Amino acid sequence: MSESTWQLLLDSLWPLIHGAITGTIPLALSSFAIGLVLALGLALMRLSRRRWLSSIAQVYISIVRGTPLLVQLFVIFYGLPSLGIVIDPWPSAIVAFSINVGGYAAEVIRAAILSVPKGQWEAAYMIGMSHRRALTRIILPQAARVSVPPLSNTFISLVKDTSLASLILVTELFREAQQVAAFSQQFMALYLEAALLYWVICLVLSSGQGALEKRLDRYVAH
Amino acid sequence: MSPTDQPTDQPADQPTPALLTVRGLQKSFGANQVLQSIDLTVARGQVLALIGPSGSGKTTVLRCLNGLEIADGGTIEIIGADDATHAPVTIDFAAAHGSRSGVPKKTLGTLRDRSAMVFQHYNLFPHKTVLENVMEGPVVVQRRPRAEVEAEALALLERVGLSEKRDSYPFELSGGQQQRVGIVRALALRPTVLLFDEPTSALDPELVGDVLRLIKELAAEGWTMVIVTHELEFAREVASEVAFVDGGTIVEHGDPKEMLRNPQHERTRQFLHRLLFPF
Ligand SMILES: Nc1ncnc2c1ncn2[C@@H]1O[C@H](COP(=O)(O)OP(=O)(O)OP(=O)(O)O)[C@@H](O)[C@H]1O
Ligand SMILES: [Mg+2]
Repeated sequence: MSESTWQLLLDSLWPLIHGAITGTIPLALSSFAIGLVLALGLALMRLSRRRWLSSIAQVYISIVRGTPLLVQLFVIFYGLPSLGIVIDPWPSAIVAFSINVGGYAAEVIRAAILSVPKGQWEAAYMIGMSHRRALTRIILPQAARVSVPPLSNTFISLVKDTSLASLILVTELFREAQQVAAFSQQFMALYLEAALLYWVICLVLSSGQGALEKRLDRYVAH
Repeated sequence: MSPTDQPTDQPADQPTPALLTVRGLQKSFGANQVLQSIDLTVARGQVLALIGPSGSGKTTVLRCLNGLEIADGGTIEIIGADDATHAPVTIDFAAAHGSRSGVPKKTLGTLRDRSAMVFQHYNLFPHKTVLENVMEGPVVVQRRPRAEVEAEALALLERVGLSEKRDSYPFELSGGQQQRVGIVRALALRPTVLLFDEPTSALDPELVGDVLRLIKELAAEGWTMVIVTHELEFAREVASEVAFVDGGTIVEHGDPKEMLRNPQHERTRQFLHRLLFPF
C-alpha cells in the first residue's frame, strides 16, 4: 500500500469513529432498549392463556422474522411517505430496528421464561404471590440469566445491521466510510477500515457479555 | 417459634376442633379422575400421614390444600392460626366448577396464607440467598416489617443449624440443608398447617435423618401437619393418624401403630407388604 493510502486511512479514522459514536452505537442502543421492552410484551402475549393475544404476537413475530430487515427499513422510510406518513431517517431507523429486535428477542425471552422450572412458579404461589409478582420477582430474574447469551448475540447482530441505515441516509460508521471512499476512490481500504472498526466494537461487546454472564452466574452451580 | 394458641386446657371429653376439614374432594385431569372423593379432618396439633402407592393422588391432595390445584368438587374448610381473628373459611369447589376464576381470589388467598408447603424437590429460589428465600414471603407478600422478619428468620435458621449459611445461595447447600431451608421458608410464613410432600425422598440416605428429626421436633412443638411419606417408621412414630390413599380415595385411616401393624383392608395389607419386602 502506498504512503498516501496509509495517510488516508489515518485521516479517515476519526470520521469513522465519530460515525460509530454518534450513529452506530446510539442507534443500536436505543433500538435494542425499545426492542427489548417490545419483546417482553410480545413474549408475555405469546404465553398468555388468551388465544387472541397469543395469536397477535405470533403473527407479528412471524412477519418480522420472515421478511428481510432491509425491506422493513425501506417500507418505513420510502414506503410510508406514499401513505402520507413521512418519518425522518433517524426515527425511521430506530422504528425499524426496534420492531425487528422485538420479533427476535420475543422468542428468546419466551423460551427463557419457559425454561424456568414449574416448581419455581409453585413455590412463588405457595408463599402467597400473585401471578404478576411471581413473574417479576421469581421467574424473570431467572429467565434473564438464561437469555443473556442469546440476547447478546441479538445485540451484536443489531450493531452490524445498523450499517443498513446508511441506505436511508442515516450518518453512521458505514455511511462515513462510503463518503470518504467515494471521494478518494479508495474503496478497498475504506471498507476494510470500516470492517475492522465493526469487528473491534463486537469484540468489546463480547467481552462485556462474558463479564455480565459471570456476574449473573454467582447463584448458579459451576 | 411455635403455633399460637395451643388449647391445652380444653376439657378432655370435648373433641379438639378440627382445624382442617376436607369433604368429598374430587379432581380430574382430563378424563383421568385422580381424586374420587377425599375426606379428611385434622385437629389442631395433629399430624396426618398420607401413605399410598405411586399415582394414587397423594400429591394432588396436598396441592389442592395449598391452592396450587383447583379441585372439581367437594369442600375445604380451614381455620386461622388464631381463631379469635381468623374465622374459618370454606371453599366449595363444586360451586367453582373446577375453574380457578370460580373461586373467590380472597378465599383462595386465605387458603394459601394458612397452609405452607414443603416440596419434594425443595424448589428454593436459586437467585436468592438462604435468608432472602426465607424472608421473601413474609416481607414481600405479607408486608411484615423487615427487621422483625429478619430476626425471626435468623432465629429459625439458627435452630436448624444453618445460620452460617444465611448468605449462601441454594446451589452451595447439600440436599438436606436445602430441605431444611425449605422447611424454614414454610415456617416463616406462620401458617396454620404445614404440608410436606415426601420431604426426604429426593435426599441421599445419610441426609434423611436430619430432616426427619426436624419434622419430628416440629410435631412435638404442636405444629399441625399433613405429610405424604414412604417412611413407615417415621409415620408410626410421628403421626397421630395415618391414612392410606389408593385410587383417589382414602381406603382406611386410623392410629398409625394400630393400622400399620394390623391393616383392615386387603389393599392396605398388600401395599405395606410391598414396602416392607420390596423384592
Ligand atoms: N398436572 C397434571 N396433569 C395431568 N395429570 C396429572 C397431573 N398431576 C397429576 N396427574 C396424574 O394424577 C395421578 C395422581 O398423581 P399424584 O402426583 O397425586 O400421585 P402421588 O400419589 O403423589 O404419586 P407419587 O407417590 O408417585 O408421588 C397420576 O396418575 C398423575 O399422572
Ligand atoms: Mg407425589
